[in-house]
Formats: sequence, C-alpha cells, structure tokens
Amino acid sequence: MTRFETPEGVKARYDVVVVGTSTGGLHALTRLLGALPATYRLPILIVQHRSKDSDERLSGLLRGASQLPVSEAEDKEPLRGPGVYLGPPDYHLLLELESMALSTEEPVAYSRPSIDVLFESAAYSHGSAVIGVLLTGANQDGTRGLQEIKQRGGYVIVQDPTSAESGFMPKNAMKNVVADRVLDLEQIATELVVRASDARVA
Amino acid sequence: MVVPPIPDLVDPASQARARRFTSSTSELERLEMELLLLAIYRHHGFDFRAYAPASLHRRIRRHLENARLSTISGLIELILHDPSALQRLLHDLSVNVTAMFRDPSFFLEFRTTVVPLLRTYPTVRIWHAGCSTGEEVYAMSILLEEEGLSERCRIYATDMDSTVLDQARQGIFPLSRMKEYTGNYFLGGGKRSLSDYFTAKYDGALFAPRLAKNVLFTQHNLAMDRSFSEFNVIVCRNVLIYFDRSLKDHALGLFSESLGTLGVLCLGRKESLRFTAFEQDFSALSARERIFRRNK
Repeated sequence: MTRFETPEGVKARYDVVVVGTSTGGLHALTRLLGALPATYRLPILIVQHRSKDSDERLSGLLRGASQLPVSEAEDKEPLRGPGVYLGPPDYHLLLELESMALSTEEPVAYSRPSIDVLFESAAYSHGSAVIGVLLTGANQDGTRGLQEIKQRGGYVIVQDPTSAESGFMPKNAMKNVVADRVLDLEQIATELVVRASDARVA
Repeated sequence: MVVPPIPDLVDPASQARARRFTSSTSELERLEMELLLLAIYRHHGFDFRAYAPASLHRRIRRHLENARLSTISGLIELILHDPSALQRLLHDLSVNVTAMFRDPSFFLEFRTTVVPLLRTYPTVRIWHAGCSTGEEVYAMSILLEEEGLSERCRIYATDMDSTVLDQARQGIFPLSRMKEYTGNYFLGGGKRSLSDYFTAKYDGALFAPRLAKNVLFTQHNLAMDRSFSEFNVIVCRNVLIYFDRSLKDHALGLFSESLGTLGVLCLGRKESLRFTAFEQDFSALSARERIFRRNK
C-alpha cells in the first residue's frame, strides 16, 4: 500500500499545506491567499464550511484574490505542484499520498466538508510533511485534526483568536493542541513562505 | 497457486520509507491496515484492498473507537475469531450514505439530455451500480414514470451488500428526510408532488410498489464480479470515489464492456474520466453533470 518514492538527498521539509476555516473564512482566506506570492510552491488544500447548495462563487472570489490557480478539487485529481484546491460542497475532501479524494460519508459535526476529515487524512498520508492552518470559526471542527497533524510530526499554525472574526475555533484548538505558531493572517502568509523553503532532515 | 515473494523486512527502501516520517506510527499503522484487509479478504472473501485508502482508514479508525479497541492488530484478532465482530466491521466499512435526487441539476439534465435519447429506443436497460438502500433508484423510477418511459425501461439495481438490497426492495425511507427530498425533487424538474409517490406510516415513507415493478435488485460486486448484460444507461454516482485508481479503472472497464453503442454513463458531480484509462472512449453529453456517452 505504501507507494511513495524514496526521497534521496536534500528535499523540502513540507509537501502540502492544509487550511480549515468556518465563520469569517471568506474574508480571512481572501487576505491569506492574497498575501502569498504567485511563485508559492506548496499545494494548498482548503476546507471552508459551506452549505450543500453553495455554488462556485466561493472559488471565483478566491480566484480573484489569489495569484495562484484556484479550483474545486476533483476526486483522484493528482496533487501535482502549486495551486489552491477547495473542498467542494456536500463532499468531504481527503488527501491521499499522491492525489486528492472525495467522500460522501456522513457530515462530521454537521459539516461536509469537515476540517477534521481533511486534516486527519493529510496527517495519515503525509505524516510530518504537513503544515496545518486553522483560521476563524465558531465551532470545534479542526481541533482534532490539528492534534493528529501534531502527533505525526507536522507543523501547526493557528490564527491569533484576537485577530479572527470569530475566535472560538482557534481558541478551542489552542486549548487542546500546542501550536507551533499563533499568528495573524499576514504573519501566517509570511510563515508559510518561510516554512516552504525548509529542508527535510534526513 | 503462485505465492508472492515475501518482501525483505529490512530492505533499504523500507528503511528509507520509515525515515520519511519523524514518527514511525504511520508505517506501523499502514502495515496493520494491510494485514487487516488481507485477513478480511482471506477469511471472508470481501476485497477492500483496492479501496481508496484515506476514507477506508478513516472508517477503520472510527470502527476502532466504537469497538473500544486501541490498535488495528487487536481488531484483526477479534474478527478472525468472532464472526459477529466481522459482520459489524463489514457494516462500518461500506458507505451507505445516499439520498433521493442528490444534485438536483443532474436529474434536470438527465430529463433534458438523456430522456430524448431513450425515447428513440423500443426498450431501455439501465444499470444502477452501487445502489445502496435504493433512494436514487426510486428517484430514477419516478423520473421515468413522469417522462412516460417506465413501461419500456428495466432497471438493474446492484450493490455488493445484500442487507442494503433488502432495505431497497422495501422502498421505505425515513420520513424525516422527505422535506429535503421534496426540495431536491422540484429542483430536479419534478412534475407532480413527491408526496404523490409515498404513504407516510409511523416514521417511514413507503413508496408506491409500482415504482419497483420494473426494478430488479440483485447482488453484484464491482471489484469481483463480471459484466452480466448489455445496457443503454449505467448510473454509478459517488461509488467509484471509494475505489483506488486501479479498481476504478477496473470498474470503468466493466461499464465500458456492458454499455451498448452510444450507451450513456452517469458519474457523480466531482468524478471524472480524466486520469483514467477510458478518457478516450467516452465523450461528454454534459460536462457539468458528468454525463458521458460511449464513442462508436
């Protein structure tokens, strides 16, 4: 079942960024993605809580705000290189070793897509090569997923609750996980750029 | 019988793989997963080895929590010695979440794009692959009746799990979901009122038996069974997402073999033929609703 290639020599420390957000997420994502350069090399997978009937306006707005290509993830779409991939409405978004996967399993805490589902799958498939970012929101989704990322050696960034439109979700995460960084949105963008150039320790 | 070679447990590749994670728990868990799926296959015959690992892993983890087990190894011991434990696991591993008229715009598109094609055939054979508890089959049956096609259509509705097929045959769905389904039904081009098709009884909605008159519910496993007939339409929405790429290709091969000339294939809204071996064999009738037609 293990299919990934053996890395030889110096490789980047991180493979992928996963981002979760709920209430206030559109504004936060617009600012975060807007602050990332067009050359940003890590793929970014995003779960923003959305209703099952939501249309593609969200991806349209993010496309307008970001210099990176933005699309809604397709099932089994290979994870090749840079870009922003958004969890589509009414599906969970999961990360496999080399591609993205979707699922119609039950909503988790009333949410489909669920942040925990994305984060846990990323932690399982990519271990310590994951950067998990939890932004504004008014529920508990994401905490469990960040725990999993942390436990498997990944890097955890939480939005500073005082800078968040809704601080409950980041606060809840901070109560239960030791975050590597607690930052505001502009600082998160800078941190993502810096971490993307970290080298993997053999 | 060909015995596969036993991999060297300390080969350099696996050591390098282990180095990749600062935590080795993932490697160990992967090994446990492999052993569990092998145990299920060898002991019971159900083959989950080519299922999409991320969601399968999640279902196994959830099952461990429910069964109050701390390791997958503990689960292996349990299912090998306790048949009821195996049944509970199999139930948790199959995904039986479904709805009537999920993605209403698909049903609307089916009415406007596929129905006119079906009118040109004297008889129409439809295969609903992975029908689970049958909601979507009844939805299709309602659509065909409203389009005046039910007399000439025969639906073969299959699933690998016989217990969900028993439920599907009954045609009773939770009353609590009828409000949602009614909304979907209208958006999907419904011409009457959804309540015309069912009778409420306690907390269930019993659908009119005539809707199942031309439906044959039967067991079929896309991973293990072969093509069993030729069809004009195959509907398989949000089933292949649970397969890995090789098994998805296998199932698409089965569909390709089972579709007549210009046969129609309907997939889920975020599923595609891109990244598969069959991309060239189909053309999109509706790219947005993932309705394809077999070339030639």
